[in-house]
Amino acid sequence: MIPSAFEYFAPASVAEAISLLEQYGDEAKILAGGHSLLPAMKLRLASPGVLIDINKIAELRGVVINGSINIGAMTTWHTIEHHDGLKSACGVLPEVVAQIGDIQVRNRGTLGGALAHADPAADAPAAILALDAQIRTHGPGGERTIAAGDFFTDMLTTSLEPNELITAIIVNKLGAGEGAAYAKFPHPASRYAIVGVAAYVKMNGDKVSACRVAVTGAGPMPTRQGDTEQAMLNSDGSAEAIAKAAEEAGANMDVLGDIHASEDYRRAMVKVYARRALTTAVARARR
Amino acid sequence: MTTITVTVNGKPYTRDVEPRTLLVHFLRENLNLTGTHIGCDTSQCGACVVHLNGVSVKSCTTLAVQCDGAEVTTIEGLADGAILHPLQEGFWEKHGLQCGYCTPGMIMAAADLLKNNPNPSDDEIRHGLEGNLCRCTGYENIVRAVRYAAEKMNTVNAD
Repeated sequence: MIPSAFEYFAPASVAEAISLLEQYGDEAKILAGGHSLLPAMKLRLASPGVLIDINKIAELRGVVINGSINIGAMTTWHTIEHHDGLKSACGVLPEVVAQIGDIQVRNRGTLGGALAHADPAADAPAAILALDAQIRTHGPGGERTIAAGDFFTDMLTTSLEPNELITAIIVNKLGAGEGAAYAKFPHPASRYAIVGVAAYVKMNGDKVSACRVAVTGAGPMPTRQGDTEQAMLNSDGSAEAIAKAAEEAGANMDVLGDIHASEDYRRAMVKVYARRALTTAVARARR
Repeated sequence: MTTITVTVNGKPYTRDVEPRTLLVHFLRENLNLTGTHIGCDTSQCGACVVHLNGVSVKSCTTLAVQCDGAEVTTIEGLADGAILHPLQEGFWEKHGLQCGYCTPGMIMAAADLLKNNPNPSDDEIRHGLEGNLCRCTGYENIVRAVRYAAEKMNTVNAD
């Protein structure tokens, strides 16, 4: 399979990439790791007239950890998976990333690319929501920061403007009393999530003082689970409290069925995986 | 057309390609290096795995223009003249193939795995080859072949 013809640019800076986006508008697509876009182009599901390859923009790569964690948009899964600083500052991220695709996919795929693509079954978006990350973008008007909760708007759709580029993802370090986890039911061939649940829990003494839960794979877009989060808040984080909260998961979201799993089955699995993710997150928060 | 220069198995090649040319087609059709196979063509089977600047990638999901100035190693570049690479020898000795279609990608993926983890457990070998599908062997002999290569490479390095 061969993509349809396109013009190719490989800008060396963010500014150059933005001006190409402005010049070519809707015709243009950004090429990051390419492991969603190129397969879509080969299947002719996407036929951009212009491809702007941002792989040569060095400033978009790398992880910087100081007060918080700054992950360049073009940082590969491989880098995140094996980053020792990240493992201690926010271990759930390398853990989630290690479950994406396979080694070759992780060698090329990038965090920024995956968020911009917003695949409804991708792993990282759930973690980004549960960690309440900030997504830094650059456009013709300059920089702005989008909260993860405002970023995903529909299937394969984000609040990114057509001429905007994600430059970095900002995540808070996990401190004492905080724990996060990801539980995933992978499709056996593609490794995409049939259901994936990311959970963040903060314990204040014996009480849950903050909780965020996000589901991927089940619906048209990664979705926070407000009812589950509310049920966890001020609870003691016991197995009973978790089981009760997990029962609320999936209640207020669209859940889709397909040949791999029916809607009913996915709804059931959302609860099971919410319970698993919360159980691990609470255990980690208590450590 | 775009002019690119790619060093493949140590030899630089300058060619004009269409931007939409995939690396696997560039290798097979422009350079006649047909050891790299096209299997699923949807980034899942791993038959097309090559090394790009020392890292294993699926060449069916990489554009040739992205490799301008890069170094690519294919299965043809693995042996040292007539001396098989330990992985090639392992696949031979341990019967790690039947039809052989997946083998070039399997070996290139395993080479990347052993570079990062010279002494993998069987579980780590299986996890490391998650992106490579074989429809003949049931994987048992492939795991043995990779283990054979790891042991041989460790022995050679220890000497």
